[in-house]
Amino acid sequence: MLDDLDRRILRFLQSDPTAPLSELAERCQSQPATVARRLDRLKGYGVLRGLHAVIDWAVLGYGVEVSLRFTLDKTNSKAFDEFLAAARRIKQVIAIQTFSGRVDVRLSVIAKDMPDYQKLYRSEILNLPHIAELEALMHVATLKTAEALPL
Amino acid sequence: MSAWDDKDFALLRALSRDATQSAGVLGRQLGLSQPATWRRIKRLQAAGVLAGRRVDLNVEALGFGVTVFLGVKLATRGQVSLEDFERAVTAIPEVQTVQHVLGRYDYRLRVVARDISDFERVLRHRIMTVRGIGDVEANVLLSEERLLGPL
Repeated sequence: MLDDLDRRILRFLQSDPTAPLSELAERCQSQPATVARRLDRLKGYGVLRGLHAVIDWAVLGYGVEVSLRFTLDKTNSKAFDEFLAAARRIKQVIAIQTFSGRVDVRLSVIAKDMPDYQKLYRSEILNLPHIAELEALMHVATLKTAEALPL
Repeated sequence: MSAWDDKDFALLRALSRDATQSAGVLGRQLGLSQPATWRRIKRLQAAGVLAGRRVDLNVEALGFGVTVFLGVKLATRGQVSLEDFERAVTAIPEVQTVQHVLGRYDYRLRVVARDISDFERVLRHRIMTVRGIGDVEANVLLSEERLLGPL
């Protein structure tokens, strides 16, 4: 399905998503027309799903980021659905992940400062339904964030 | 913070959904001219609000069937240099993100693997061999959604 050229294209695209086609082709040692065709094909296969802006929340004034890890009360069969629906309504939640493991759901939340976080925590987070356990990991620094796949 | 108005936020929302849209297309949605839109994008980039672009790849289609989040506690704090530990884990290709956190764990790692046995190989031979690693908790990712947050 994917050959070496496809992998090279995806590798370079991951490292520099906004590179113009000509540069991408040059770095992959190929021709722009060939690379354009391959990109279309990768989109057609659903391998390449899109390009999204990365927002630096700290620059927008949200200096606090916290990972909230929840264990839910699974005796209620609607626990997951109701919890997720309520979490999606909280403005300061920027990501929701579900897991198999000790942790069921993780929310990434942002706040302007600690008083703002405390307000969010007390008035919105603790009101989420079906929480059995909750723990917080406060982000200090992100050292690697490429999320690039080792292709 | 007040440097940004509603149009800037609308632009960030649109680019978070699809960053391939041209300034012309975005401008039409927002009732702005193409040059005015382009200037706003440049300003958001220069300020660092728009930190970059992220390629959305279908990880399963590329053969990475498993994403695992590891909570890592350092074994002997003070004796192992954080820099050495950080250098070693960020150098592992399967480790996509490394975050320094405060709480039950010291670090949070996002790891991709082809399948569970491949994950076991990465964990045993690459991660558990890093000097200073202590307690490790693994949670297998089932689903993930990114939200627009306060935008």
